[in-house]
Amino acid sequence: MTASPLLQVQGLQVAYGPTPIVHGVSFTLGREKLAVVGESGSGKTTVGRALLKLLPRQARIGAERLQFDGMDLLQAGERDMAALRGRRLSMIMQDPKYSLNPVMSIGRQIAEAVQRAAKLSHAECNERVETLLARVHIRDPKRVAAQYPHEVSGGMGQRVMIAMMLAQRPQLLIADEPTSALDVSVRQEVLHLLDELVAEQGLALLFISHDLNLVRHFCDRVLVMYAGRVVETLAAADLPRAEHPYTRGLMAALPSLRQRRAVLPVLQRDAAWSAA
Amino acid sequence: MTTSALPAPVGVFQAWRADAAATARKLLANPLTAVGVAVIALLVGVALFAPWIATHDPLRQQLDAALQPPSGAHWFGTDEFGRDVFSRLVHGTRITLFIVTLVTVVVGPLGMGIGVVSGYFGGRVDVLCMRVADVFLSFPSLVLALAFVAALGPGLDHAVLAIALTAWPPIARLARAEAMTLRNADFIVAAQLQGASHLRVLWRHLAPLCLPSVLVRLTMNMASVVLTAAGLGFLGLGAQPPLPEWGSMISEGRRYMLDSWWTVAAPGAAILAVSMAFNLLGDGLNDALDPRQSS
Amino acid sequence: MALLGLLLLTFMIGRVMPLDPVLAIVGPDADRATYEQVHKQLGLDRPLWVQFGRYLGDLVQGDLGRALLTGRPVTEDLARVLPATVELATLAILLGALLGVPLGVWAASHHKRWPDHVARIVGLAGHSTPVFWFGMMGLLVFYAWLGWAGGIGRIGLGFEGAIPRVTGLMLIDTLLAGDTAAFRSALRHLLLPACVLGLHSMAYLSRMTRSFMLAQLSQEYITTARVKGLSRRRVVWGHAFLNIRVQLLTILALAYGGLLEGAVLVETVFGWPGFGSYLTGSLLLGDMNAVMGSVLVIGLLFVALNLTADALYRVFDPRARA
Repeated sequence: MTASPLLQVQGLQVAYGPTPIVHGVSFTLGREKLAVVGESGSGKTTVGRALLKLLPRQARIGAERLQFDGMDLLQAGERDMAALRGRRLSMIMQDPKYSLNPVMSIGRQIAEAVQRAAKLSHAECNERVETLLARVHIRDPKRVAAQYPHEVSGGMGQRVMIAMMLAQRPQLLIADEPTSALDVSVRQEVLHLLDELVAEQGLALLFISHDLNLVRHFCDRVLVMYAGRVVETLAAADLPRAEHPYTRGLMAALPSLRQRRAVLPVLQRDAAWSAA
Repeated sequence: MTTSALPAPVGVFQAWRADAAATARKLLANPLTAVGVAVIALLVGVALFAPWIATHDPLRQQLDAALQPPSGAHWFGTDEFGRDVFSRLVHGTRITLFIVTLVTVVVGPLGMGIGVVSGYFGGRVDVLCMRVADVFLSFPSLVLALAFVAALGPGLDHAVLAIALTAWPPIARLARAEAMTLRNADFIVAAQLQGASHLRVLWRHLAPLCLPSVLVRLTMNMASVVLTAAGLGFLGLGAQPPLPEWGSMISEGRRYMLDSWWTVAAPGAAILAVSMAFNLLGDGLNDALDPRQSS
Repeated sequence: MALLGLLLLTFMIGRVMPLDPVLAIVGPDADRATYEQVHKQLGLDRPLWVQFGRYLGDLVQGDLGRALLTGRPVTEDLARVLPATVELATLAILLGALLGVPLGVWAASHHKRWPDHVARIVGLAGHSTPVFWFGMMGLLVFYAWLGWAGGIGRIGLGFEGAIPRVTGLMLIDTLLAGDTAAFRSALRHLLLPACVLGLHSMAYLSRMTRSFMLAQLSQEYITTARVKGLSRRRVVWGHAFLNIRVQLLTILALAYGGLLEGAVLVETVFGWPGFGSYLTGSLLLGDMNAVMGSVLVIGLLFVALNLTADALYRVFDPRARA
C-alpha cells in the first residue's frame, strides 16, 4: 500500500454560473473500491467527470486540492489531461448503446486504445484486442471484434467497454453507473468481472451509483451525496450503523427478504442536509 | 384579484402575444439579428420616403451624362442612359418591398390554408394536396418560376404570381405537419363534441396555433424571394424597363460592366444586403424560438 | 406514380405556352391553308388527352420532337448541352464541398466561439449573394482587372472548334487530344464559373455539416473517445465526422440537384453553352418541344438523385444494413 492515497480531493466545487452544483466534496481514494452514492441530481456524475475534466466548457471547477498520484489536476491544461486520460485515469459509462461509436467496429475501437499504449504492428494489435476481449469473458473474441456495437447485447457491450478502458492499464477507474442500463440478471456478471479485474490489476475504483443496495456488498467504502454535498463517508460494513439521517433513511427504505414490513418508510427530507 | 375592464381574452392570442414580446426581446439581444432588423427597417424607411431621399428622377434620361463614375453630383454614378444610379436604387426598394410583401401575403394564407386542411382531414384530400406540393417541390424554385413567367408573359405582376406559386409548398408542408400533430388533441375533440363545424375548428383553434412557426418560415423565405425576384429580373422576366428593379438594372448594366462597374456593383450589393438581412432575421427568429435554447 | 405526374405537368407546361408553336414554324406571313396544314401536322387539332397519349408514345420511342431554335431533334440538343453543365456542376460541387465541409466541422468544434460566428456569417453571406451578380463581379475582378481567369465561354477563342468532341467534357477532350495549351485554357475558363456556382453549395454544405457535427459532438461516444485520451483532432474527424459521412453524401446528392437553379443564371453570365442556357432560351422562345424535353430531364435528374441518396445511405450506414 502506497504511503499517500492515489487520489486526494479536497473542497471540490463545480459551478455553471452563480450556484454551485457540487460543493465542498472531499475524499481520498487508494487501491480500494469507493462508492459514490446519491439520487439523481446529487452531483455524483459531475464529480466523476470533474476528475477527468470532461465537463462542458461553461463548468467552473475549483478545489483546495485535486491531486492524482502527486500531480495537480486542477492546474493541468487540456493537453496534460489528454495525456493522463486512458493511460492513468479511465472511465466506463452507463449505456454501451450510446457510449460506443455506432459506425466503428468493436475491434477497431479497442485497437485505438491499444495503439495509444504501445506502437504495435497490425497483427500484434489485433492479437492484443482479442486477448483483451477474452479477458472480459467474451467467448468468441475474433467474431465480436468484427461486429458493430448495435449487434451485441447490453451485457456484452459493457464488457467491451471495460476491456477498452482497461487496455492502457490505468491506475484509477471511474465507473459511472456501469450496471444501471443492464438487465438484473446480467448485472452480477459484470460486477463480478469488475471485481476480478480490480483485484488483478490493483486498480483504484470509484463506483458511482444510485443503488445503495448494490454498492454495500460490492464496495469497501461508501460516500453518500445529497444536493451536491457529501453527507457521510463510511465503510460499507458500517452502513447499518450510519449516523446521518439521510443515509439512515436510505437504508431504512431498502426492502428486505428477512425482515417483513407492512409499509416501507418514506424518506423525509430535511432542508438542513443541503446546507453546510 | 382585480377584474379587468377588457373583454374576455381569447386565451391563445393573449398567451401568444406575451410570448411574442419575450421573443422580440431575445431577438434584439443577438447583435447579428439586430443588424438584420436594422437593415430591413432601413429598407422600409427608404421605400416609404423614396421620392424625398432620391437625388434625381429615376426615370429621367440624360444621354450626355451617360456612364459617369460616382461623383458628388451622382453618388453611385449614372447608367447608359444617363439616369442616376442612386435614385434608381432608392426607388428600386419600393419594387423589392412590393414583391416581398405581395408574395408573403399570398403564400402565407394559401400555404397555411392548404396545409392545415390537408393535415386536419387527412385521407384522400391530404394525399392529393401533398402530391401536388411534391411535384412543385421537385423543381428548383427559380426554374419553376421561370417556367411560369414564360407561360404567363413577362411583367412584375406575373413574376410575383410565379414566385408565389413556387413558394407555397414548403409552407403548406409545415402547416400540415403542425395540424397533424394537433388534430387529435383533446381540446380539438372537445370543440368538435360541442358541435363546432370543421371550418370553425380550423379557423379558431388550429390555425392560430400553426401561425407562429409559419411566420418564422415565411420570414426565412423572404430572403430567397428577393433572390428569385432578382434572378427573374436579370433574365428580363420581372419588372420591365424602365422600372428600376435591381435585377434588371444589373442585366442592363452588363454590357458596360467592364468599364462602368458601378452600374452593376450597386444594385447587386443592395440585393445582397437585403437578402442577408432577411436571412439574419430568420436565423435569429429560429434561434430565439428554439426550445432547446430557451433560458 | 410521381413520374406520371411529372410527365403530365411537363405536358401542361408545354401546352400553356403563349407563343403559338405553329406560327413559330410557319412564320407570321403564312396563309391560312399553310397554317392549318402545320396545325394538323403537329397534331394540335386533336383533343388534349389524345395529344398526351401521342406524347407518351413518342417518349417511349425516345422521340422528344424537334426544337424550334435549332431545328434539330431535342434529344440531340440535350446531348450537346448536358455535358457542359455536368462539367460545370461537378467541379462546382467539389469546390463547394472542399471548402464548405471543413468550414462546418471547424465551426462545430468551436461551438459558440469566434470560429463558429465567422463560419456562420460567411455561410449566410454566401447564401444571400445573388449568384449572377457574384459571377459578374468575379469576371470584373479576376478577368478584367487581374487577368487570372478566362473570360466568357468554355475555352479561349483561338481553340474553339479545334478540339474534337469525344465526351463533351472540355477538360477530358483537351487531354485526349493531347493539347495542353487548350487544356489550360479550358481550365481557366472553367474555374471561375465553377467557383461562382459553388458558392451557394458551399454555404449550404457548411451549414448542414455544422448542424450534423453539433448533433454528434454532444453524444456519449465522444466522451468515451476523449476518455481514451485521443487527440482532439482524432475525436472530431475520426469519430464524429465518421458518423455524419452518410448524411453528408445524402445532402451532396441533393445539393447537386439544387445547382441547377444557379446554373441557369451562371451560364447566362458566362455565356456557357449548357443546359441552363438551353432551358432559358427555349422558355423565352416558347419552344414547346425543347421546354418539355428539358423539364423532363430535370424531373428525371431529381428522381435519380433522390434514389442515389437513398442507396448511398444503405451502403454506408452499418445500422441500415440490418
